[in-house]
Amino acid sequence: MAESRNITVTVNGKRHEQQVQVRLTLADFLRQQLGLTGTHLGCEHGVCGACTVLLDGNSTRSCLMLAVQAHGHEVATVEGLAPGPDALHPLQEAFRDNHGLQCGFCTPGILMTLVEFLRDNPNPTEQEVRVAISGNLCRCTGYQGIVAAALDAAKRLQTGKGPSA
Amino acid sequence: MKPPRFHYHDPKTVPEVVGLLKTLPNARMLAGGQSLMPMLNMRLVLPDHLIDLNRVEGLAYIRETGGALEIGAMTRQRELEFSEIVRELCPMMHEAILQVGHRQTRNRGTLGGSLCQLDPSAELVAVAAALDATVAVAGPKGKREIPFSEFPKTYMTPAIEPDELLTGVRFPLWAKNHGHAFVEFARRHGDFAIVSAAALLEEDGGGKIKRASVTLGGVAAAPVRVRELEKAIMGHVASDALFREACEVCRKIEAMQDVHAPSSYRQHLAAVLSRRALEKAHARIGGGRG
Amino acid sequence: MDRPVFQPALEGGSIGRSVPRLEDLPMLTGSGRYAADISFPRELHMRVVRSSHAHGRIVSIDAAGALAVAGCVAVWTSRDVAEIPPIDFRPTRVQGLEPYRQPILARDRVRYVGEPVAVVFAEDPYLAEDAADLVTMEVEELPVLLSADAVPGEFEPGRNTEPAVIRKGYGDVNGAFRAAHTVVELDLAIGRHSGVPLETRGAIARYDEMRDVLELHGATKRPHANRDLLARMLARAPGSIHLYEGHVGGGFGVRGEVYPEDVLVCAAALRLGRPVKWIEDRRENLMACNHSREQRHRVRAAIDAKGRILGIDDEFFHDQGAYVRTHGARVADMTAGMLPGPYRVPAYRAIGHYRLTNKTPAATYRAPGRYEATFVCERLLDAIAAKIGIDRVEARRRNLVPKAEMPYARELDVIDTEVVLDSGDYAGLLDKALTRADWPALQRQLETRRAAGEAVGAGLAFFVEKSGLGPVDGARISMAADGTFDVVTGAASLGQGVETVLAQIAADALGVDYRRVRVIHGHTDRIEQGYGSHASRTTVMTGSAVHIAATKLRENMQPGCSAQGSFKSEHMTYPYGVHIAVVKVDRETGGVVIERYLAAFDIGRAVNPRLVEGQIEGGVVQGLGGALLEEFVYDAQGSPLSVTLADYTMPTACEAPGIAVLLTEDAPSPLNPLGLKGAGEGGVNPVGAVIASAIDDALGVPGAVTRLPVTPPRLVEIMRAERR
Repeated sequence: MAESRNITVTVNGKRHEQQVQVRLTLADFLRQQLGLTGTHLGCEHGVCGACTVLLDGNSTRSCLMLAVQAHGHEVATVEGLAPGPDALHPLQEAFRDNHGLQCGFCTPGILMTLVEFLRDNPNPTEQEVRVAISGNLCRCTGYQGIVAAALDAAKRLQTGKGPSA
Repeated sequence: MKPPRFHYHDPKTVPEVVGLLKTLPNARMLAGGQSLMPMLNMRLVLPDHLIDLNRVEGLAYIRETGGALEIGAMTRQRELEFSEIVRELCPMMHEAILQVGHRQTRNRGTLGGSLCQLDPSAELVAVAAALDATVAVAGPKGKREIPFSEFPKTYMTPAIEPDELLTGVRFPLWAKNHGHAFVEFARRHGDFAIVSAAALLEEDGGGKIKRASVTLGGVAAAPVRVRELEKAIMGHVASDALFREACEVCRKIEAMQDVHAPSSYRQHLAAVLSRRALEKAHARIGGGRG
Repeated sequence: MDRPVFQPALEGGSIGRSVPRLEDLPMLTGSGRYAADISFPRELHMRVVRSSHAHGRIVSIDAAGALAVAGCVAVWTSRDVAEIPPIDFRPTRVQGLEPYRQPILARDRVRYVGEPVAVVFAEDPYLAEDAADLVTMEVEELPVLLSADAVPGEFEPGRNTEPAVIRKGYGDVNGAFRAAHTVVELDLAIGRHSGVPLETRGAIARYDEMRDVLELHGATKRPHANRDLLARMLARAPGSIHLYEGHVGGGFGVRGEVYPEDVLVCAAALRLGRPVKWIEDRRENLMACNHSREQRHRVRAAIDAKGRILGIDDEFFHDQGAYVRTHGARVADMTAGMLPGPYRVPAYRAIGHYRLTNKTPAATYRAPGRYEATFVCERLLDAIAAKIGIDRVEARRRNLVPKAEMPYARELDVIDTEVVLDSGDYAGLLDKALTRADWPALQRQLETRRAAGEAVGAGLAFFVEKSGLGPVDGARISMAADGTFDVVTGAASLGQGVETVLAQIAADALGVDYRRVRVIHGHTDRIEQGYGSHASRTTVMTGSAVHIAATKLRENMQPGCSAQGSFKSEHMTYPYGVHIAVVKVDRETGGVVIERYLAAFDIGRAVNPRLVEGQIEGGVVQGLGGALLEEFVYDAQGSPLSVTLADYTMPTACEAPGIAVLLTEDAPSPLNPLGLKGAGEGGVNPVGAVIASAIDDALGVPGAVTRLPVTPPRLVEIMRAERR
């Protein structure tokens, strides 16, 4: 019989009480059990970064965590970024305006990585942005649009054009 | 690539962990998960029991005591990276940690996890060897300490018993304003080093090298303290020529081979990077910029 | 031939504007629907059991352990799907490929590590993997063949591992070499690598018994053609199979062909009476999704005293892997047909040995056959410059086809289409690129730095791409009651911005804002015939059809009205470009840093310039991966060693340089109403060539680089050999 535990996790500000199999990864928990499919799986061995979420505010590869480990913690995913149904986070706006995505598969992981990064480094250089996203692979954009979007988002966040991260 | 079945345990104290290790067959400990989870996902390991250390109290700390840094096994690499104490007292560790994986890796990865994984290319493993660290271990028979030179038993296997766990590491400090450098060569930013070189230097009043530590990572299964090289430069005034000639000995170190690099290339890098690390370390003596 | 009139854009129209994409919102907010995000009630999960031997005879397969796993519903081997034929390839003039097709489950032999041997169906993906791990097989090993340039081996009794030899040519090659002032001769190799999109493959099949419709979700690239192939294989009417495309995490040519797994989920949905979902994991992807690029060329060029090409003679070995897949021998065909590039080549002979090895089967990856061909051709041009003692730029100038000779018919065909370079001002673009790069000043700076001991250099590479593969495309546009427009096409989205570009084209012809246009794609039940998105065809072919349909609708633009557009083209269009790269080599480690990169590209006409740039930028970085970082490596037993993303290293943001893109519209295509050419493959095409050229220059050793990828150990070895 598959061993299970009861966990309580806060995801995007909402409390969830769920029973999970102990071997269920955090990524699969979010995607399958909570229906939050915005977090993607690109490798399941901790290299591509597509599964990146924020755990208590820190970027984390959710494919490398078990759901049971998230018990009592806060998780933030891409679905919680936009402040409301008709508004976008400045990062999302910047990505749209700077052609920072093509197929969009890497995008949620990169957005969450940048939320943490821009919170801790509000005025980065281009090189610092590249290092910050070096743990997130993109196969479509060549990173150019992503870097431009990140720098644009930094400006928008600094001038207070949107909610802070 | 989903993990296999296992029984899950999340103990809260070290004695609890030891008790579980004593009684559970085929158990693995889960620390930061950055090494073990990929192995579980790829089903390269099939433990019957997974002991999650992330809720064990008292294993995350950084403190300076009696000329050494004592760091708890479950201290996150992130904490090491942002620690002022580490930066000031053990700048080589600070330089090395910036090259460990990526932000996401360091947010979860731990010191103890990295040391117990003993990946030949792991930066923290090389740092521990370079600093002659001592590893503190707890087991059913009590506590003991293992000098890091004796810690790697064989390829990716530490010399601790199945019923023991690593609780902390002690890094003896070098004199204030010692020279330090950690350099590595990797295919991409954040990758495991193909070869890394860690150098520590102290000079006497006359500008002669009075203490040296040179460690190569990624060359052999365990970090190699190149004692022959250290001896060769001791008592001499540092110079490019001295370092260049002394580092040639690194080409003779028996080196691994894999998809990324043949052994001859690793030997070549060993000579190059050890020299670069020594040059950098020397430039930083006395608080200089390397 | 009736030539369509070149239509200028309307004042203030959509075409030519870098408008934000229409597709982005769901992807930014995490509401995309990629294959893994799609689920149906009661679905079963399929897991493939794959061969761990590179070559062997299957003695027995034991599924008892798997069937004993609670939640495992069925296990199939080839016997359970015996009535399903092997996977066909596209129509081709090349004969004799049929016996080399891949069965959907290995029958009596396994031929590559990763080949599907059995499939397991279970209630969830974790259980499916548990069960699959318990399927055991006994395999009698056979000798492995891992080189395409070795003597061919036995595929099966009576048949060897060279299914075909591609021969192309024209002119008196032997005469050219007799008359030559001198000959340059090169032995070149491109390493095995591929597209590796960030999303792995996925397929979900569902059978609707009430409508007798089999649905396949997770489709893309060529939905209609794939539907037709599946219909034949499953013995169903094509209209009874519907393919659906959701969001797609990149294609690059490797996603959207018919693979064994696609057929298996369909067969399973029909037989097991439940939806069947298969999501590939990354390890599988690296050993089962199409590989590409691996070729070895022995090439000679006969040149006159001024460095002008008199003839090229190329013999190459194409490593196809274990089976002929859905492209047949196309990649080898394209290599042979496109190798002359933008140059005058009075005599030409190409012999392409299309050979099988015990590796993952290969097919098309972005600029297929052309990344390879450009590498070979541009290495030749650099070699010609070195041999004659002229500047590398001058070597190009002396050989480029001049604008005055356009359209320029090569006496060659590619994919059964005659190669006619439709338009181009090659010399003009070369000038523009050199000006943008400030080439003379750059050379002086590099000289100064080299004198100070740095190993820095600049390279250039010119190329011709092909786009707009026909023969035909269609679109239907209708006006809704609310004043918006629906455009139904047979196009597919790989993430490239199809919805936006086609909306811009439609909006331009209709005279409305592009945001009022909704583009439907990838659904075979919405339009009877479609030709998909590949070969950089969508903007050209579907775009032209959309333009025609929209122009018709404009004549009677009422809610409820609709119009059809059809566009035929017997020839492809040929965009072209030149890349310039500046690199710094670390002489001690063999590490290479790209300091500057310029990609100049004539797009004919850019519908959305920013999107074109995005295609170029992404292609360049993929090209850098192939030049420096990526390779599928095998050990002596044929076991793949590049099975995780830690072994198969793709560029991150730190390895990718800033890329300057110079887009020009000097040579619109005369073959379609808007003058369009395709952009998808112009970024990646010359990157291997330009990096090789730059590294040669940095080392001061012409011809140093003969093999890709140029890894640090290889570069150190090159430098060491040079010193001896």
